[in-house]
Amino acid sequence: MKGNTFIDNLPKIYGMYTGGFIAFIILMAIMEQFGMSADTIGILFIAFTVFIYAGIGWLSRTMQVEAYYVAGRQVPAVFNGMATAADWMSGASFVAMAGGIYFGGHGYLAFVVGWTGGYVLVASLMAPYLRKFGCYTVPDYIGTRYGGNTARLLAVIVLVVASFTYVTAQINATGTIASRALGIPFEVGVWFGLLGILLCSMLGGMRAVTWTQVAQYIVLIIAYLLPVIWMSNKQGFGLIPQIAAGDAVQAVMKLEALHQVGTLMPTESFGGLKALTVPHVDAGTGMAAWKFVTLAFCMMAGTASLPHILMRYFTTPSVKAARQSVAWSLLFIFLLYFTAPALATFTKLQLLNPELATGIIGKAFADVQSLDWIQKWSAVGFLAISDSNGDGILQINEFFMRGDIVVLATPEIAGLPAVISGLVAAGGMAAAMSTADGLLLAIANALSHDLYYKIVDPSADTKKRLVVARILLVLLGGAGAFVASLQLTNILGAVAWAFDFAASGLFFPLVLGVWWKRANTQGAIAGMALGFLAGTLYLVNIKWLGGDLWLGIDDLRFAIIGMPVSLVAMVVVSLMTKEPDAETQRMVDDMRIPKGETVLSATH
Amino acid sequence: MSEITPEVRAKHWAKTKRLTIITLIIWFIFSFGVHWFADFLNSFTFIGFPLGFYMAAQGSLVVFVVLIFWLARSQGKIDEEFGVAEDEMK
Repeated sequence: MKGNTFIDNLPKIYGMYTGGFIAFIILMAIMEQFGMSADTIGILFIAFTVFIYAGIGWLSRTMQVEAYYVAGRQVPAVFNGMATAADWMSGASFVAMAGGIYFGGHGYLAFVVGWTGGYVLVASLMAPYLRKFGCYTVPDYIGTRYGGNTARLLAVIVLVVASFTYVTAQINATGTIASRALGIPFEVGVWFGLLGILLCSMLGGMRAVTWTQVAQYIVLIIAYLLPVIWMSNKQGFGLIPQIAAGDAVQAVMKLEALHQVGTLMPTESFGGLKALTVPHVDAGTGMAAWKFVTLAFCMMAGTASLPHILMRYFTTPSVKAARQSVAWSLLFIFLLYFTAPALATFTKLQLLNPELATGIIGKAFADVQSLDWIQKWSAVGFLAISDSNGDGILQINEFFMRGDIVVLATPEIAGLPAVISGLVAAGGMAAAMSTADGLLLAIANALSHDLYYKIVDPSADTKKRLVVARILLVLLGGAGAFVASLQLTNILGAVAWAFDFAASGLFFPLVLGVWWKRANTQGAIAGMALGFLAGTLYLVNIKWLGGDLWLGIDDLRFAIIGMPVSLVAMVVVSLMTKEPDAETQRMVDDMRIPKGETVLSATH
Repeated sequence: MSEITPEVRAKHWAKTKRLTIITLIIWFIFSFGVHWFADFLNSFTFIGFPLGFYMAAQGSLVVFVVLIFWLARSQGKIDEEFGVAEDEMK
């Protein structure tokens, strides 16, 4: 996997790969007709795709620093866009987002807006300039722009906290999917997932992760779109579910009124399961609007500060390509994100519409209880029904489920063939693995390059550096899997925290490094340390010490506290101390124009 | 490689800044402005959707995608205008 013939042949290689994957789906569909069981199909889907990723990882092995850290800086814009989209769309996007919209309605769409709008910040404020800088990691940029090991170390700390929070959620997701599809206990599934993740990243670093992520994107987008299109078509809404969803939304609003969603509150509770209580469309004003925009803002600033995303743009051949690549990334992400609300709407319609065969709300309790998918998913604790008022009819406040189920069980609810469930499992696995890969690599690279090589042992030779990087990767993966196996928070809580940590500590030091020449070392240190500290203390206070919320800012939004502190601290301290030296100012000037050598030399 | 004079740099940066500010204004409107008034917008419909819901589910997203493609193109033109674009590689 070397040289330009490989790069030139990329469209052909991935074209064949996509064709092969579709052929595999068709083969599985045929096998199903011949009586292969749903379980076997699920196992084959996971095994086949993970095996391919591992193969790509093995073929991309490398002992070169430039290839290991930034994939040789030769990834074309479109392919980097796909890799970023896979890197970006985690288990949470794939598995939990539609479920979140199902339960949260309009308020939850703040995540959808935040996780896409953040790319505008990446494109306009960050990516092209960091690409020109020529760094290997995000702390590498902070450390060089501001100078000194303290700034570098602080950046490493924020990066590790944010990314590690995030990666445990991803390993958790791979564990959930692997355990369901392979029929193994969750604790074992977690380690199986980790093994797959390490096979993709350990031997080839960023190069291997790049090419597996492209492959994973193709799997996950097919796995997401196909069932929704199928379902929309089956219900007579046509082949473009995203547009047809408009009518479905209207239908859902009528049904919600009929079933008294928002009025009937559950009288029982089942751990981790929820009943639908929030109407689909209601936006609200005042506090509801404030909650929406603050959440969107935190997610956007977090997007632009998360190192595993920013470092993807270090791999393009030019600054121009980096910029275009952000646009492609968002286009590929958009394909999934504008489908998720449609999926949530269709699923809701199916469950709520008593005229449909799939409808369960308003039907006889005993009939619902005997449905296959109800029994299957209750058995694993993903849903529960209980005739609370004893009238023999299932009401909206008597049906409880986990959000994840919207994506995972929709094929069964809608009565699609088992091959689709297998495909969805493979897609969820691809989404969680690709994000975990990117995150683990971001952490391991920051520790090996910035902590070990730049701070601890600057005389280490290439071989030693890359060996250290790999050992760290394995150790971190192990630590992540261990924490994940403890099952501390649900998937989404941990994901939102990662964004808030990153935004509190890194957003302003990153942006001002490019956009404000006067920003200096002391300012950056103050900005990172105080912003991160303020956000973290607020989180600890409201989450564990029982402190009151300020202005409704809960644990999903604590960057609203951290970021202003970071900005003020950075500006005030910068202005109180000496302006950066002429060399640093020249560095900033060079960063601002695409032409010329990178600020840091090619191998540093 | 020919030297780029400070004047050219300053002009290039001024134009880049302008483009960035315009981009961020559009971003702000579709990130926050529109959603602040979602409840009001829901009294209109667009292809069957209540408009406020539509903007959060799809509308803003479409704007963001188009905005970044436009930004990449416009910035490319600015770079070429001032002769600070990269030399085509390979």
